Amino acid sequence: MTDKPLVKDFATEWDHADPQWVADPYPIWEDLRQRCPVAHTDRYGGGWFPATHAGVSAIAKDTKNFTSRTVIIGNGRPTELDLPAPIGVAPPITSDPPFHAIARKLILPAFAPGPINALEPMIRALCAKLIDGLEGDVVNAGMAYAKYIPPSVIRTMLGFPEDDIERFIEFIDIVLEGIDHPLEQRIEEFAPVEEYFVAQMEDHLANPRDDLTSYLLNVEIEGQKLQPEHVFGTMVLVLIAGIDTTWSAIGSSLWHLASHPDDLARLVNEPDLMPVAIEEFLRYYAPVTMARLVKHDMEYLGCSMKEDDWILLGFPAANRDPAMFKDADQFIIDREENRHVAFGLGIHRCAGSNLARLELRVAIEEFIKRFPRFELADPDAVTWASGQIRGPRNLPIRILQQ
Amino acid sequence: MKVRIDPELCQGQGRCFSIAPSIFDFDDLGNGVVIGDGTLDDDTMKLAQLAQSNCPEHAIFIEE
Repeated sequence: MTDKPLVKDFATEWDHADPQWVADPYPIWEDLRQRCPVAHTDRYGGGWFPATHAGVSAIAKDTKNFTSRTVIIGNGRPTELDLPAPIGVAPPITSDPPFHAIARKLILPAFAPGPINALEPMIRALCAKLIDGLEGDVVNAGMAYAKYIPPSVIRTMLGFPEDDIERFIEFIDIVLEGIDHPLEQRIEEFAPVEEYFVAQMEDHLANPRDDLTSYLLNVEIEGQKLQPEHVFGTMVLVLIAGIDTTWSAIGSSLWHLASHPDDLARLVNEPDLMPVAIEEFLRYYAPVTMARLVKHDMEYLGCSMKEDDWILLGFPAANRDPAMFKDADQFIIDREENRHVAFGLGIHRCAGSNLARLELRVAIEEFIKRFPRFELADPDAVTWASGQIRGPRNLPIRILQQ
Repeated sequence: MKVRIDPELCQGQGRCFSIAPSIFDFDDLGNGVVIGDGTLDDDTMKLAQLAQSNCPEHAIFIEE
């Protein structure tokens, strides 16, 4: 990243890894909406960034002209022979119709509101325990709180031993940090993860129980159980898609409350506001952008798109489009109409959205219940993740007396 | 007036049954479904309209 020149004009050379974009992308997107509104870059081998809700929506819903074969931007392109790769490919997020619907139907029942809502007491107890462990006047709400919630929830859902949590978090770091490493290096890095998961799968086959691992091992497509590779791939998807996304949403929401005492006070005093406030956190600080590839040369949204050009679907940019949202650049904690697209649009709507919402709500509720007043301890010490998932990492918060 | 969800458009965003659980429920896949025949009275109309204005997929229709 550091060897690349800084971007001078995001309309013609946008780069989501550029320091200015990482630090504060919102003014860049507003400028692009007024000037382009689809920005181009030659970086990463060529790509487009629609900055409006209309542009994002059109492409997200168009599976004829765009493929989800890969959803993370890198310097290379997958070829037909690369896919399905032995690892890293995670149906259904990387699937197109018609296979997409089959792969998605398998996992949706496990993430529907019924089974997910049943997890609330477990998540609440987990958050309370993490808060118990926070010591001193200044706590790291990112690295010591938000970061631990999604992995602990996923570990419980998968039915892996509680004592393995630190090891499990190490695996997550491997999975997330290695996402754009070359395939051979990734296979090497993955070996211990795969070994552990295979051992867990074998244990679940020998001792079936009521958890996501046993569910995936037993679920059937047309009378056939899934291949172990498919089960493993879906577990990897759960890790990639379910961890730093939700961690980022929790962190951004706490960052907002730490820097906006009026909103914090309202939420503490009016707990019934929580459901609408959660949707506004999701709109305003949507953490996730996803990529597509252009399927064939075409004119689209006024652009001459070429086969295999990247598309970066900026759901967070769509969420700030004034053509879609009144006072789009304002955080309005009791916003009534909020058609935000934090979880995407169309057939790839985040399958874990019910879980993410639950984790986000419970994490905020428990934090503000214990700490009704807090502020950023050192605004300059807050660091933000770069890449396609945006959220605070280091987040020192000072707990104030009531 | 009645409310309905277009199952082709609904992607299970989950906003309708959170906002108006007296009008909408969810199926085994987490997609929204209308409870009963969807007939709205003055009270439920407002709630249905609120759900409609929060559906990112524009999948909710209120019609004669």
